[in-house]
This record gives sequence, structure tokens and C-alpha cells, in this order.
Amino acid sequence: MSSALLFAGAGIGLLLIGAWALVLRAHLIRKVLAINVMGSGVFLVLVGAGAMGGVVDPVPQAMVITGIVVAISATALALALVLRIANATGKPALPEDRERDLMDEEGAR
Amino acid sequence: MTIESRRGEPGPWLRVGLGLLLAAVAGGVGLVLLADPVAPGLAGLVEGELERSGAENAVTAVLLNFRGYDTLLEIAVLTSALVGVWALGPAPRIRETTPSPVLLGLNSVLIPLAPVICAYLLWAGKSHPGGAFQAGAVLAAAVVLYILTGRRPRPRLPDAPMRWSAVVGLAVFIGVAVAVMGTGRQFLEYPVDLAGMLILLVETAATLSIAVILAGMFIGGRPEDEP
Amino acid sequence: MNPGLWFDAVLVVVLLWLAWAALASRDLFRGIVLFIAFGLVLAMAWVRLGAPDVALAEAAIGAGLTGALLLATWGRLPGQDDGPPEGESPDEEAPDDD
Repeated sequence: MSSALLFAGAGIGLLLIGAWALVLRAHLIRKVLAINVMGSGVFLVLVGAGAMGGVVDPVPQAMVITGIVVAISATALALALVLRIANATGKPALPEDRERDLMDEEGAR
Repeated sequence: MTIESRRGEPGPWLRVGLGLLLAAVAGGVGLVLLADPVAPGLAGLVEGELERSGAENAVTAVLLNFRGYDTLLEIAVLTSALVGVWALGPAPRIRETTPSPVLLGLNSVLIPLAPVICAYLLWAGKSHPGGAFQAGAVLAAAVVLYILTGRRPRPRLPDAPMRWSAVVGLAVFIGVAVAVMGTGRQFLEYPVDLAGMLILLVETAATLSIAVILAGMFIGGRPEDEP
Repeated sequence: MNPGLWFDAVLVVVLLWLAWAALASRDLFRGIVLFIAFGLVLAMAWVRLGAPDVALAEAAIGAGLTGALLLATWGRLPGQDDGPPEGESPDEEAPDDD
């Protein structure tokens, strides 16, 4: 068991946690959080698997840097969409989730 | 039992199905990792070509030279995302508040420091950890800090300079990539003696664009014309 | 086992716990703050994996700017501090430009 394998395993765990929350939670911002967590998991698997050879492999690292920038681009666009949805329909939720408990305690007034 | 119960809460079948699917994915990836792949990876190849790439930092060499096409497309994605955010309408207004003294005090130190750190990261990216993306992000963070003080209820960057800065990174990158074709090379094939300079040129333009684009995405909408 | 491996094990546990807490918490604001913390701990993980460039990018972009974006959006939701009160659209007063 090497460090790199441990981190790659953590990446798999993050993928699972993120996918679980993405499907089962209703609040759109929380879904965006879940996608980001899944993305971080994928990056860990990439770099972790690359580091398992013992030598520092720069190619997966470059790919992950690209991935981080693309992730924030997608997140920014997604969050702008969430804001527009919330302002247009009153709730930051998909049409089929409108009746569910959004679990946003601070926002619940 | 159904996939959804009343009110749309996910039912038991959905959870079980999802759990099985995720277990399968985790098992699959885990098996591959545990089989201890002994693939040599590309580190050796990169090491061999490093002197001819124009950068001493292997990651910068990969990002800006060996896999420059990926970075070109990545900057295109960033620019498109900004256009997408702008397409959604005018920027949301921020309510005027008195900024906390902690924020103001920190800003007086951090905002002037940011361009220095940005320039260092950009310059050092050639041989040390750093690079255009990190530098651009630091600059964008300084703009965000300024916006958070709430001095302007409709935060915006000056219109024409902002639009030009947002596209200059992509434009310079494509320009350089096409210009080398004029000397009979392939798209994005830098001449070895000019590679370092070209990388620095592209990175500088990219840093400016990245900073402006990230700040623009934080503002969250199209800059409006002031009355 | 060398101390480096122990440290990495602790880091992994913290990482997984932060991700779980961020996504499972009842309070969305708390979830966003925990996500920012998750990003910073992930930056440490990148350093342990020998990827300092990735660590810089993760800290600045992944944790910092993404966190700022999330908090700004959360604050602008209807019913929150910066957003319109529930039921009102903020675009009613915005000028229409075509």
C-alpha cells in the first residue's frame, strides 16, 4: 500500500460520495457541490495512479490543472443558471424536486 | 415500492439501484488500481525532450508546449463560459452594506500584493511551480476582494478594456499557433530557439484573460450601460 | 509503516469526512464552507503527491474562487441577504436592452 494508491482510493471514495449526493439531494447548489466533489475525485485518481510508478509524471498533473479550470468554468455557468432558475420559479430546484425539503436551514425563513 | 414516493423524495429502489451501480464502478476502478499497473508513463519522454521545450518546469512544458492544443481549447472553454454567463442577462445587483473593517484592513494589504504575486507566479512558472492559471487566479481574487467591499452597487470592470482583455488570451494563443505555420511548421509547432519566448508571450496574454474572465464570472452577468 | 504514510492516511480520512459533511449537512451555508475547507485540504494532498503546480491551482481556483462563486450565488438566492424577497423577481427594475 503506497501513498499514491491511498490517494487514488480516496478519489474513488469522493466519486461515490459525490454521485450519491448528486442524485439524492434536491437543492441545485448542493448538486453543483456534488459535481465538484466528483471532479476532485477523478483528479485524485488521475494523479494518484500516475504517481504509483514512483516517478513524478507531469502529464496527468497538466491534465488535472486543465480539469480544475474547466470545472470552475462549468460551475460558474451552472451557478448563474441556478440563480436565474431560482429567481424565475421561486425555488432553486428542478421541476420534479419542487415539493421536496431543500435543506437550506439559513435560507428557511 | 416505487422509484419515487409521494412528494418526489427518492424511494428505496432508486437508492438500492444507485448503490449497486456505484459499487460496480468503485470495484472496477479499484481492481484496475490494485492490479498495480507497471506502465512507465510519459515522465521519461517528457524528461528527454525538456531542453527543447522552452521551459524547465516539466508541467509548464507539457501544458504550453507538448499538450499546447489542450490548453488552447481550455482557454476557449473559459472564454465561452464567460459568454454563456453574459448571455443569461445583466449582472445581479449587490445590496449596499458597510464593509467590515477586517475586510478593509486586509484589502489594503492584499490588493496591492496581488499583482506582485501574479507577476512572480507567471515568471517563475518557467522553472518553478507556478504558471499562467495560478497567476490569473490570484489577480482575479484581488478583483473579487475589491468587489466584496461593496463600494460600487453595480460592480463592473470598464467595458471596452474588459471585453478586449477577455479575448486577448485566446487570440494570442491562436495567433502564435497559426503564425508558426507560416514558416512551414505544423499548427502549434514552436521553433526550438524561440519556444521559451513564445511560451512566455502566450502565458502573459493568458494570465490577463484568465483574471478578467474569472472576475467577470464572479460578477455574474452582462455589464450594463451606466445611466 | 513510515510516518509519511500515516500522515497521508489521516489526510485521506479528513478529505473523505469533509466531502461527506459538506454534502450531507442540513445547512447549505455550512456545506459551502466545508467545501472550501475540503479544497484546501485537497491542496495539501496534491503537495503530498508531488504536484505543487496542481496544489497552487487547487487552492486558488478550486477552493478560493469556486468558494467565492458558491457563496455569492447562495447569498443572491431569493430570500437571502442579497436576493429579492421570496416571490419577487429582481429583474423587474432592470433596464431592457436589445
